[in-house]
Amino acid sequence: MTELLILLGVVLGIIAISKVVSVLEMVSTAKGENSYMPNAKENRFQARLMPVFLIAYFGFIIWQLVVWGDRMLPEAASEHGAVVDELMNITWIVITPVFVITHILLFYFAWKYAYDKNRKATYFSHSNKLEVLWTAIPAIVLLVLILYGLSIWNEITTPLTAEDDKIEIELYARQFDWTARYSGEDGKFGKANVRLIEGINMLGIDSTDENAWDDKYVKAEFYLPVDKDIQFYFRAQDVIHSAFMPHFRAQMNCVPGMTTRFKFKPIKTTEEMRVITGNPEFEYYLLCNKICGAAHYNMKMEIKVVSQEDYDTWLSEQKVFLAVEENMMKNQGIETQSDSIQPKVLEGTQLSTLN
Amino acid sequence: MGAIAHHEDNDFLFKYIFSTDHKMIAKQFFLTGSIMGLIGMIMSMIFRLQLGYPGESFAFLEPILGSWAPEGILAPDKYLALVTIHGTIMVFFLLTAGLSGTFSNLLIPLQIGARDMASGFMNLLSYWFFFLSSCIMISSLFVEGGPAAGGWTIYPPLSALPQAMPGSGMGMTLWIISMTLFIVSSLIGSLNYIVTVFNLRTKGMTMTRLPLTIWAFMITAVLGVLSFPVLFSAVLLLLFDRSFGTSFYLSDIYISGGALEVAGGSPILYEHLFWFLGHPEVYIILLPALGITSEVVATNSRKPIFGYRAMIGSILAIAFISFLVWGHHMFITGMNPFLGAVFTFTTLLVAIPSAVKVFNYLTTLWKGNIRFTPAMLFAIGLVSTFITGGLTGIILGDSALDINVHDTYFVVGHFHIVMGLSGTFGMISGIYHWFPKMFGRMLDKNLGYIHFWATIVCSYGVFFPMHFLGLAGVPRRYYANTEFPMFNEMYDINELITVFALVAGFAQLFFIFNVFYSMFKGPKAPQNPWESTTLEWTTPVKHIHGNWPGELPVVYRWPYDYSKPGMEEDFILQTEPLREGEEESH
Repeated sequence: MTELLILLGVVLGIIAISKVVSVLEMVSTAKGENSYMPNAKENRFQARLMPVFLIAYFGFIIWQLVVWGDRMLPEAASEHGAVVDELMNITWIVITPVFVITHILLFYFAWKYAYDKNRKATYFSHSNKLEVLWTAIPAIVLLVLILYGLSIWNEITTPLTAEDDKIEIELYARQFDWTARYSGEDGKFGKANVRLIEGINMLGIDSTDENAWDDKYVKAEFYLPVDKDIQFYFRAQDVIHSAFMPHFRAQMNCVPGMTTRFKFKPIKTTEEMRVITGNPEFEYYLLCNKICGAAHYNMKMEIKVVSQEDYDTWLSEQKVFLAVEENMMKNQGIETQSDSIQPKVLEGTQLSTLN
Repeated sequence: MGAIAHHEDNDFLFKYIFSTDHKMIAKQFFLTGSIMGLIGMIMSMIFRLQLGYPGESFAFLEPILGSWAPEGILAPDKYLALVTIHGTIMVFFLLTAGLSGTFSNLLIPLQIGARDMASGFMNLLSYWFFFLSSCIMISSLFVEGGPAAGGWTIYPPLSALPQAMPGSGMGMTLWIISMTLFIVSSLIGSLNYIVTVFNLRTKGMTMTRLPLTIWAFMITAVLGVLSFPVLFSAVLLLLFDRSFGTSFYLSDIYISGGALEVAGGSPILYEHLFWFLGHPEVYIILLPALGITSEVVATNSRKPIFGYRAMIGSILAIAFISFLVWGHHMFITGMNPFLGAVFTFTTLLVAIPSAVKVFNYLTTLWKGNIRFTPAMLFAIGLVSTFITGGLTGIILGDSALDINVHDTYFVVGHFHIVMGLSGTFGMISGIYHWFPKMFGRMLDKNLGYIHFWATIVCSYGVFFPMHFLGLAGVPRRYYANTEFPMFNEMYDINELITVFALVAGFAQLFFIFNVFYSMFKGPKAPQNPWESTTLEWTTPVKHIHGNWPGELPVVYRWPYDYSKPGMEEDFILQTEPLREGEEESH
């Protein structure tokens, strides 16, 4: 019944609009005007709407800035993040006036030069001087922005070298969770291969590789020491994922079949950030930012940035890979001496090349 | 040709269905493209409901969507399906085929003074491949597992592995088949446009007397011919990976409890191939819209377009640069950072010709005599959206800044404004302007006014707040933002966007009503309603095969002689010979 009523309403509405339209047409025909060409009054009315719209548009933007301005990401929690934010602010400073001025001109001209049958438009078909001017000015401004941006880009993307004092972490993505692997005391990641993925060894770590024995991996949350360079490596198990850590201004795709990397230095602990944001429950997050399936929107890991001491304590509490592996095998009743594990033929990407 | 021409006048089938007449084919593209666009828009309204009110039950969804929305709540994988098909339809079916198909077909022969396209039969094929492609895309909604759901960019391995998500099964295969047919349609159409413009211009119609619409359509066709085959190869290899066990894009994959026998491929290869089309595609959408705007702004300002040659130059520059910038979609894919630097440089170069176009539009308005027809309003709206969306491109194109806004709502806001809105506004502006040429009747002006103001207000209401979401780090393609406390607090922004989106959707009813009402009941169109200078307004209102009843018109001047000093009338048709002592100045 309701559907019928809605249908009836729609039909009546359409008939009503048709009638109004045809009446308006008859009126303008009676006045000797073309109903399709705006008359003087209508031109004036539309022209007046131009500045009204402009003010409304600017007002809407300002309203958004006022109401939502403090919801933007808080100040960057990484060293390069501060530099990026500065570039962002400078870019806003360059483009905002362009936006404002061109919009004012657009709607001002539209309002000012509304049709008047007693006036003739000015025949002004080109001016080389003007055209050169507004080719050159954007070119120069953009060149400066490009050079500035690229110097920062180079700094961000240059990987840390072997000499740098750093921590290396591998972030491993799969549908739909994250794992973080630390290289352990030897500072070397063990080899890994998708063909070795089995049971609890969901990273496919090669247990015949000695480098792997002291590797540690964690889920749900991982720790970073403050003020220390972190070199991240990213891998994925099934489809493309993207490791996005917005507070650190850090993002890199995780691509099956290859290892990608990104580095940054956290400069604010979780505690400090809680004070800055005034939110006692603030947490840093690692989230997936490349569509990866139905639960993409819920693929996350918490990041705790803590002092070096707290980090060391936390890390020492985590089990090494060999212990996890042996524990598993014990449960399955398998001999635990590592030389009894059958080495499997490895193909494809091997992490050893990283070190 | 002979057999078809024979039936032309009396046979319904050949007049309306298998027509080789470019004007009829334009109408076919318009109607098919618009229906697809409408479907895409309704999809966006449905997934906006989920984003604005996550997890809330809307009882009316269940009868429409069935198992996609159990208990009135859209399922997560079906949300992704809607987003994917919305993107595919809007980018390809509405704004590529709908826009170019309608206006290139309608205007190229009419504005260059040709009897028809170079090949009427190829034109017919182009439409029917498009129609078939549309049908297959829509049919993919009804197969088991649903349609493709990996985003409109369908990156493998997600799109390559049926185990990865339900939409990567039959739905994905249909997507690939549909797009293959679409590419065939686009190539046939584009070749036809290019050949027609080069060979069938009437006497006196030199390249520098072509209206800017024609320049834009022609360069668009060149872009399509050069870039769509690359997409074809990309999806072909994807099809091989899916069906024949190759691994062009696959390597080291463990999924659904087993490692796959794939090695050596790279998903990055797909991304390169995809975006080699994907970026020129942006200009395949934008250039026709800008071409239409040039024409509408000049006509309704009663003034020549400012900087005609600079406009041509900037179309050529944009087209050329658009082939060198695809990597800016891939800054953070793990591509060599040096390449990222190169692509940043080329990307920001695009801003220069774009800026030239904007300044030229502004100067055209300056000291004009502006008639606010609905077409003109949409053209002014396009200039505004082109500026707004273009400027945020400077942020996204800068690799260092892209790191943190990549794949967030900042991107969604940016490309919807600069490409979606500009493309749509250009298309709608063209419909209001050339409707009399298409259907011989006038659209209603007052409904047009309501349509414009509702649309522009709601469009900015939808897309501007997205920049704020993006700057707060909210990722795109999330089914709900409820899982992260810092995103969850953005619920009110999402709610506002949804309300605007729904109103914007309903506002299009004014347009739809207007089109169908005026098609049959609108006032009859005079020959040259907008007092325009170009050749299409010298043809009879009632469509005839061959466009001009007698000889083809001869062209003596450029297309923008509005308000020329020393002349009495404020517009002079291109077919008017130069007066004594008059110079052809531009």
